[in-house]
Amino acid sequence: MTSDYPLIQGPVCAVPLAHNDQIVMGHGSGGRMTQDLIRKVFQPYFSNTSLNTNNDFGVILNTGFKRLAVSTDAHIVSPIFFPGGDIGRLAICGTVNDVAMSGAKPVAITASFIIEEGFSIPDLSHIAKSMSEAALEAGVIIVAGDTKVVEKGKADGIFISTTGIGFVPDGIEIGGSYAKPGDTVIISGSLGDHGMAVLSARGDLGFETQILSDVAPLDAMIQSLVTEIKDIHVLRDPTRGGLATTLNEIAVQSNVNITVEEALLPVKPQVASICELLGFDPLYVANEGKLIVIVPANYAEKALSVVRENIYGKEAAIIGTVNSEPKSRVLLKTCIGSNRILDVMAGEMLPRIC
Amino acid sequence: MKYLDEFRNADLVKNGLEQLHKITQHPWVIMEICGGQTHSIMLHGLDQLLPPSIELVHGPGCPVCVTSLELVDKALAIASRPEVIFCSFGDMLRVPGSNSDLFSLRAAGCQVKIVYSPMDAVKIAQLNPDKEVVFFAIGFETTAPANAMSVIQAKALGLKNYTILVSQVTVPPAMHAILGSPDNRVQGFLAAGHVCAVMGYYQYHSIAEKYKIPIVVTGFEPLDLVNGILKTVELLENGENKVVNAYSRVVTEKGNIAAQAIINSVFQDVDRNWRGIGLIPMSGWGLRSEFSQFDAEKRFQVDDIMTRESEICLSGKVLQGLVKPNQCPAFGTLCTPENPLGATMVSSEGACSAYFRYSRVEEIIK
Repeated sequence: MTSDYPLIQGPVCAVPLAHNDQIVMGHGSGGRMTQDLIRKVFQPYFSNTSLNTNNDFGVILNTGFKRLAVSTDAHIVSPIFFPGGDIGRLAICGTVNDVAMSGAKPVAITASFIIEEGFSIPDLSHIAKSMSEAALEAGVIIVAGDTKVVEKGKADGIFISTTGIGFVPDGIEIGGSYAKPGDTVIISGSLGDHGMAVLSARGDLGFETQILSDVAPLDAMIQSLVTEIKDIHVLRDPTRGGLATTLNEIAVQSNVNITVEEALLPVKPQVASICELLGFDPLYVANEGKLIVIVPANYAEKALSVVRENIYGKEAAIIGTVNSEPKSRVLLKTCIGSNRILDVMAGEMLPRIC
Repeated sequence: MKYLDEFRNADLVKNGLEQLHKITQHPWVIMEICGGQTHSIMLHGLDQLLPPSIELVHGPGCPVCVTSLELVDKALAIASRPEVIFCSFGDMLRVPGSNSDLFSLRAAGCQVKIVYSPMDAVKIAQLNPDKEVVFFAIGFETTAPANAMSVIQAKALGLKNYTILVSQVTVPPAMHAILGSPDNRVQGFLAAGHVCAVMGYYQYHSIAEKYKIPIVVTGFEPLDLVNGILKTVELLENGENKVVNAYSRVVTEKGNIAAQAIINSVFQDVDRNWRGIGLIPMSGWGLRSEFSQFDAEKRFQVDDIMTRESEICLSGKVLQGLVKPNQCPAFGTLCTPENPLGATMVSSEGACSAYFRYSRVEEIIK
């Protein structure tokens, strides 16, 4: 009997556990544990004059621009760490890219975290580090943040919402409604890498792949483009729904036809094979570091070479043209010379049976 | 040889098409049996490049499309049970039953999982001994070996919580049903290459003879399809009714004997209801009595489920090649991939869905 119990020699006071390895509800309380989490996990990576004031707001200097571009995005991904990136890099790049598509230089970003009870603190640190590295690469500062903790089962590990702002230089008018007949369509690189990397990282395909996500900040590429070419009509990143869905959005917004040529579309052989095996179409698979550029035909070669100079644009290609008819439709000219409609994706992309 | 790029070579395809235009003298109606071929024809826009006198009609070879409403309703009833983890190939989740679909059940909290192989479902059963794991074993001869293997594995592992809801169908009885119909228009068949890879094509000689019709075993790449059509037209123009293998890099006369042995050890011939067509005698497989403990229909007693098809949907006629998808009054209006009335609008292999996605280009360009 005695050997089963520790010998208690007097009254003792229970010292609470430090909870250094996993998130508990107290980390979202706003009290000491929250401060501790910020100090130990976020501050080592998110340190700047705005955050270090410990205010509830960040302040950004407007250096004389008339227009502000703002974008917000919620990031959920399973698995949280995938080949080529993680949710942290995704959360920064996704929003930076959305802001940059206006031609703006992204300058600041805010991040709010919804974390499931039990989430690993070393993993959270890793995510914070990825965010800080991506922000540094993109030249944005993380000016404000928030953390909430939800009960086990109420979230899938971690969700990160980010909001970004950037300043739009005068004279730049870029948007989905500016595509004009005669324009040329350029894509900055291979299609479907992110979606297939994430899918294969889930580990339920029964085989391994070497596919890396393309998640990357595109602001430097875009800044070079807007500096060198004055008449860019559309910039858009083909994320969810892939190239096909994004081109459809542009065709509708601009009330034009977009025709792309199958033979010109860059798709990595391993992405093509795995898509084929599962019955997916890489034109509908998500990208997180690709850019669609639509410019007047006489700027096409120049734009292509500017994109190719960027580290994320080496495989850029001219893939099609903008035409007047049939309006609001995207067509694909197949390798064998027929035409077919490239429609928007109906719903969730489903693997085929045989 | 990469077995793929060569069969997508645009020049070779164009050559084949030129030959086809040259030899075609008469109008011919040719059916491609397999949904995979329908998908490929539409994906590559091959139908636009054929001689106008050749009409391709799309056969009942999409497993999602022909799975009977009754079985979909049974699947929904089983998947609704709290103790069940219901595993299915992805396409099947969107197929509408009488009142719901598997997607809606999943959203309502039922455990519905997409798997890529029936072996994944066996693994789920191993990992969840306190749950009943049910796999929706649908498909033609192509899915049957793996589906049968999952039962053999489950038996070897001594699993008591794994069952399959069987909806296996077979191609030759459907060909008999189509050719034997008084409304039949089909004059030549492209036999489904991958079904033949498993089953061989020895069964087709008697069909070719009985109905005086050429049958050409055909693959799925553009060049395979052009070659298959070319061979069929050649036979039609010469009045020859025989079976030709135009997919010999994959298919042999006898097929995959090991796979056939696995199928035969687990399944036996049964009557099957085909969605939109009705009952075709001995047109599918069910579990042999020695495997009845793996039969989800028996375990969950869903025999009394009644069915109701949409009255507007013409998918039955589409599946028999009697109407084209765009001749259905609901096509593209009441019935779209987002809101399918019939199963042919659901799967990417379904004729209506393939038409909706790819072929409306003609009407739009005009």
